[in-house]
Amino acid sequence: MPPEPHIEAMTDLPPLALTRLTLSRFRSYPALDLATDAPVVVLAGENGAGKTNLLEAISLLVPGRGLRGARIGELGHRAAGESAGGLWAVAGRFVTPLGPLTLGTGVEDAAATRRTFRLDGAPPRAQADIAARAAAVWLTPQMDRLFQDGASARRRFLDRLVWALEPSHAREVAAYDTAMAERNRLLADGRADPAWLDALEDQMAQHGVAVAAARRMLLARLNAALAGGIAGAFPAAVATLDCSVDASLAEVPALAAEDRFRAALAAGRGLDASSGGARLGPHRADLVLTHAPKGLAAALCSTGEQKALLVGIVLAHAALITASRGAAPLLLLDEVAAHLDNARREALFAALPGLGAQVFLTGTEAEIFAPLSPAALLLTVRPGEAVARGAGARFGAAQRRVSGV
Amino acid sequence: MMGPELERLVMLLAKLPGFGPRSARRAALSLLQKREVLMRPLADALLAAAEAIRPCSVCGNLDTTDPCGLCADARRDRATICVVETVGDLWALERAHAHKGLYHVLGGTLSALAGQRPEDLSVEPLLRRAASGEVREVILATSATVDGQTTAHYLAGRLRDTGVAVTRLAHGVPVGGELGYLDDGTLTAALASRRPA
Repeated sequence: MPPEPHIEAMTDLPPLALTRLTLSRFRSYPALDLATDAPVVVLAGENGAGKTNLLEAISLLVPGRGLRGARIGELGHRAAGESAGGLWAVAGRFVTPLGPLTLGTGVEDAAATRRTFRLDGAPPRAQADIAARAAAVWLTPQMDRLFQDGASARRRFLDRLVWALEPSHAREVAAYDTAMAERNRLLADGRADPAWLDALEDQMAQHGVAVAAARRMLLARLNAALAGGIAGAFPAAVATLDCSVDASLAEVPALAAEDRFRAALAAGRGLDASSGGARLGPHRADLVLTHAPKGLAAALCSTGEQKALLVGIVLAHAALITASRGAAPLLLLDEVAAHLDNARREALFAALPGLGAQVFLTGTEAEIFAPLSPAALLLTVRPGEAVARGAGARFGAAQRRVSGV
Repeated sequence: MMGPELERLVMLLAKLPGFGPRSARRAALSLLQKREVLMRPLADALLAAAEAIRPCSVCGNLDTTDPCGLCADARRDRATICVVETVGDLWALERAHAHKGLYHVLGGTLSALAGQRPEDLSVEPLLRRAASGEVREVILATSATVDGQTTAHYLAGRLRDTGVAVTRLAHGVPVGGELGYLDDGTLTAALASRRPA
């Protein structure tokens, strides 16, 4: 019988942990130097204080567009009267299973169209080098809309889950999108060279099947983990894909699925030209989530049940990353207590120690997180600063350290 | 403060690949400081190259003779043509002494988004060379990008009627590379391209 989760067991830092966060002209922070050397970091403050900005800064230390999916031009600090932010930087000091690590990211040139990274002070050879050392998963209130939004939001959510375990997935998705955009342009021109279309459809078939196969593999692992009760008291979701290429992969080997997809694209050129793009393929896939205990489509569940399903998926995903990499990713939970009843909130707090992850939580009421207090560093966030109120002690203790600059 | 001559020099240098305004200023300053030993010889070399170097009418290489030295070299294997995207790629293969045959420079890759169509590349001359009866194999040495691979697939289709063997570069483990440092895509390609030991 597994031991009961125990909050005190988290007083040691997890194998992967952010111990210091430094911001320079980032979002609402002109400058900030923050010690975060605790297994649980609670960021409490009023709406608009800058709690989510801190989580976003942490999420940007790993490759991707961060937990808000923001463009780099939106991330710079804007002083009163300034219409656009300029240069900005975020740096983090970590402990990792391979030793100390410093990661930095930001915009060094006002004309830059993408942010740059520093790994231990030097430009990394590839962003995959960073992904191999540090990882983060998150849950935000924006994700609550996942079940109401269109299929593209669910595809992006799914691809982010895949990418965290399979960094090459991003390259396959990009290659597929490029080949598809080229084919769309040729079809729109109306004088498409058949040999050129053949070549592009071959690329779409190769990369598209790779994308669908990676998604399929992730969902199989996620479903197995959820069915095994990895999310504790949270209801298990069953995730499936509504995708023609995924359906092929269920029936035939990958090479045969490529042949099928290639043939379908060639046969559909006329209709694709009139509809403005490929009507079939992994770019049309939809992630279908079902509340397993109720056998009910997630879109038909209550808001609280949807939130609980999402929490379960994120916890299971974090566990998969831990199993795959040997160290749990940072877990960034923004306003996670919203929509969860007391029982579910307690279940979440009880599940966190078992993940072995450093957890960052935000909320407007610090007292909600009191059950985590023995392990938690409580930071009170006010515009432009974050103040530590206590670590390794009960909430409400005297201020221990002032970290805002 | 820079005078108009210096400003023009910096502006032109900044157009070179790998150069930005800052490195262009550094290069201009370095040239001016080494006026006799570097700047004048460089200017002479640029003028001489601009006058003398032309694209080869057979393969698209750059040389002072037409056909170029590679096409005119009787020691090279005339039955094999290696198709590359740019002259830079040709130089890279020549540096490696890896190919003893002839070349064909396409002048880029197909890209509908960039407006680069088959008629903008040296495709028809390649088909004529392949159909000449002298060629037995065409090696497609395009990049491992979507555009590079699309171009290779397109050329393979167009070359099919000529009857010559069409091959592509393998993708896989670099010489001296350690498996633990390779990305997943390269490792997958290397496994797919394995051959008997």
